[in-house]
Amino acid sequence: MQSSADRIAEPWGARTPYGRHQRWPTRVDTHLAEGIGPDTVEHWVQTASLLHSDGDAMDIAVADGRIAGVRGRAGDRVNRGRLGPKDLFGWQANASPDRLNRPLVRDGDRLVESDWDTAMNRVTSRSRDLLVERGPGSIGFYTTGQLFLEEYYTLTVLARAGIGTNHLDGNTRLCTATAAEALKETFGCDGQPGSFDDIDHADVIALFGHNIAETQPVQWMRILDRLDGTDPPRLLCVDPRPTPVARAAAVHLAPRPGTNLALLNALLHETIRHDRTDPDYIRAHTVGYDELATRVQDCTPRWAADICDIPAARISEAAELLGTADRLLSTVLQGVYQSHQATAAAVQINNLHLIRGMLGKPGAGILQMNGQPTAQNTRECGANGDLPGFRNWQNDRHVADLAAVWNVEPTTIPHYAPPTHAMQMFRYAEQGSIRMLWISGTNPAVSLPELARVRSILTQRRLFVVVQDLFLTETAQLADVVLPAATWGEKTGTFTNADRTVHLSDRAVPPPGDARSDLDIFLDYAARMDFRDKDDGPLITWHDPESAFEAWKRCSAGRPCDYTGLSYAKLRGGSGIQWPVNDRAPEGTPRLYTDGISWAHPEVCESYGKDLETGATVSPVEYRSLNPDGKAVLKAAAYLTPHETPSQEYPFQLTTGRTLYHFHTRTKTGRVPQLNRAAPDVWVEISTQDAERLDLAEGDLVEVRTPRGALQGRLRPTGLRPGVLFVPFHYGYWDTPAGSAPDATTPGRAANETTITDWDPASKQPLFKTAAAALTRLARGDGTPAPAPTTTASAPTTATVAATTGGPAAHATQDPGPTPDSRKDHR
Amino acid sequence: MNGIKIALRTLHHGERHLIGDLTTLAERHRTEHEVHHVATDVAAWSEEHLRRLADTAPHYDLDLSGPPEDSPDGILATLRKKASEAVGRRPEPGLLLLHDLRDVHLAAAHNSLHWEMLAQAAQAAKDPRLLALASACHPQTLRQMRWTNTMIKNLSPQILTSL
Repeated sequence: MQSSADRIAEPWGARTPYGRHQRWPTRVDTHLAEGIGPDTVEHWVQTASLLHSDGDAMDIAVADGRIAGVRGRAGDRVNRGRLGPKDLFGWQANASPDRLNRPLVRDGDRLVESDWDTAMNRVTSRSRDLLVERGPGSIGFYTTGQLFLEEYYTLTVLARAGIGTNHLDGNTRLCTATAAEALKETFGCDGQPGSFDDIDHADVIALFGHNIAETQPVQWMRILDRLDGTDPPRLLCVDPRPTPVARAAAVHLAPRPGTNLALLNALLHETIRHDRTDPDYIRAHTVGYDELATRVQDCTPRWAADICDIPAARISEAAELLGTADRLLSTVLQGVYQSHQATAAAVQINNLHLIRGMLGKPGAGILQMNGQPTAQNTRECGANGDLPGFRNWQNDRHVADLAAVWNVEPTTIPHYAPPTHAMQMFRYAEQGSIRMLWISGTNPAVSLPELARVRSILTQRRLFVVVQDLFLTETAQLADVVLPAATWGEKTGTFTNADRTVHLSDRAVPPPGDARSDLDIFLDYAARMDFRDKDDGPLITWHDPESAFEAWKRCSAGRPCDYTGLSYAKLRGGSGIQWPVNDRAPEGTPRLYTDGISWAHPEVCESYGKDLETGATVSPVEYRSLNPDGKAVLKAAAYLTPHETPSQEYPFQLTTGRTLYHFHTRTKTGRVPQLNRAAPDVWVEISTQDAERLDLAEGDLVEVRTPRGALQGRLRPTGLRPGVLFVPFHYGYWDTPAGSAPDATTPGRAANETTITDWDPASKQPLFKTAAAALTRLARGDGTPAPAPTTTASAPTTATVAATTGGPAAHATQDPGPTPDSRKDHR
Repeated sequence: MNGIKIALRTLHHGERHLIGDLTTLAERHRTEHEVHHVATDVAAWSEEHLRRLADTAPHYDLDLSGPPEDSPDGILATLRKKASEAVGRRPEPGLLLLHDLRDVHLAAAHNSLHWEMLAQAAQAAKDPRLLALASACHPQTLRQMRWTNTMIKNLSPQILTSL
């Protein structure tokens, strides 16, 4: 039966319950523009979602040469037809009237319309001058988690072998660097161990700092469907906010921000104390158990209870849930990755699975998640502070192998130090040793911590800033050259989601005006710079998405992220496919490490690891002696006090985060009516207890201040942990009179006005979850509630706030799948 | 047992000296955020070493519990020295950072060798208390060295090629 729902009011749609080990039923979600029906759609073009990391497969409806809607792909392994609110409505941003359609160049205080020749000549002449005067280290590239694989790979080759700079990183540093680092620390190599299919089989699902209901809503639909079916899983939720996950959890822990490692060490302590370990697995597949056991020996629930400020009994209860699971699935996201001791904490979740032998079996898996749709490709293509194909910069044979693929000398590729991470690149720009920064598909003037500092860096006269984007973002307004880019639906390429599923995304319509795909822009730059290989041939030998993909396949051959068995033809029409895909696994690989640990051997591993507390690099010799046989490494770490703790002046702990309806800095979602109306402006969440104590109420206008800066928003009391404030980080200034920064007309609105410049020493991921802050009321509410959704973790505790709805424009249909699947079991 | 007394005293002095160097590093390079925070974190290890040394000392008829000696290597003296260096020679901030990291590394290496000597003496004297002390502290000293070595390795290419 077809049904229809307001998918702003009901973000997760109708339930299709299913039992453990059964196949998740299909449900095809469709939303078409007003006046368009399935019969008036001219053609459907295959793609997957671009506004989160789930990789929901969908088809774009094209009518009258325009994108007119989307429909989930019933046959895809990831979503079986379902779409989330951002999938259903986000496409409308493509046709926004303020899309950039001409290059812009700086003329004094203004950016003026220009043409590609003029703009690119400015970029290439500055590049050449800098190469001559200051060398390749004066040029940096800061990219994103939102381009396509072919684009990252091309960027990597031109930056690392063309320019020869070590300074290339992605904004993935802000969202997924810890996932990658935690996997490298434990398994020697990046690569998601688990699969979304593990949700079908697990009897316990533990979500650590992962509000999956809002970050990957389609997988939350899957969990909800299992909760409504027979033999449902029990959930453990670790989150200071009353998220939809917390409300559905059997055990919800809301620890004090910054104390994840203490909690996890206590959970490990309990697991070991109760003999809930798998000694055979530990012996066969790990090293370091004794050190881990010693490290957590004194980390009792009582010890952690004081640090985390949660009752010891609750910690024991959580440990029992984890320790008695038959098939345990754990997922991890920003509550761990952007918090104090990020990598050390994320690694303990890997350790928990290893000592319990919960890996590589259906339902027993780890999902160290990503935030962005193509972050996995940023990582594997070498645009995220690693070498392509998860090659090891400390291993000369890996570098030689890469040099052979590129036909350059190994010395052409900087590998005397790890590739520079984003926060360090901005520091070099601040110091003046980086003089050109090319920013593609990201908006650091809103998304980096401590914005006053970031703006002061980007506006230096000596720094030449190139911004490549869809809109005149806050960052683009500060640029010297702005390059208009095509987006999803306007270009072809592939991308890989958080469980290694590769999807093809075809072009449905042409880009607006003179806008070009990011691939074409990078190819144009490489051609104008005339980058050469060691035989004086062109360094970059491809010319379009498919030939770039074929080039990447050669680079990925024999590495964990092996794409050699994939092609555009294979990806077109069917389901997405999980890498590695090669001769041994022609139809892809659901789970890594089904038969032991395969990429940790000293000869093949991507990284020898780091000291989790200092970030010091482990040397090849040390690693070889620690882990000669390439097993998983059980790394222990001690809890340290967070660097900024509440004081009398700044009594609250501030955490920032996202909401279901928006993505990043709202560059797209703020231009989508249904999404924007659901969460139109910034707000501040506080616990009801603190609100009562301070005589504060829903809708009060408040200021949140830290030593770095301040922002204003309306207050929303919720079931948040007392002592904590939450501010969504999506809001900036492009849709205010101020433009790119707060001024006399516009008070601070971006959460990052207040955040601290501090990062995890191992993953270099900035900490957005542990700043100390003060709260002041500026005006009592006038009856207007906070502009925060009621459907999500920001749900109010008072009943007087009108529910978030989307009205008729937010309706989407939900159809049962084409053929009900009768198979009882699947693996 | 005079040698052990000397070793303990030397280590106490050396750890205190290292705290001074780490404090200088953290304070002077606040805008190098990672250096600032990690220097503060690993200085806490040396604080812990000082406490353990002070706790052990009475067993060897030694008192290491007093306030910092007013030696030329005291924290304030070090701060003053470094500040004057900064003003006097006006090196590039990047160069100063490398030099300060080097000083910390050398101070940690100094301590590492003395922890090694203490551990050897403990074994020769069959003194489990002393061996436990060295075994608990020495690994952290080595980590302080690895950290400064990593930072120098990672930062020096950019700093030295951009002067």
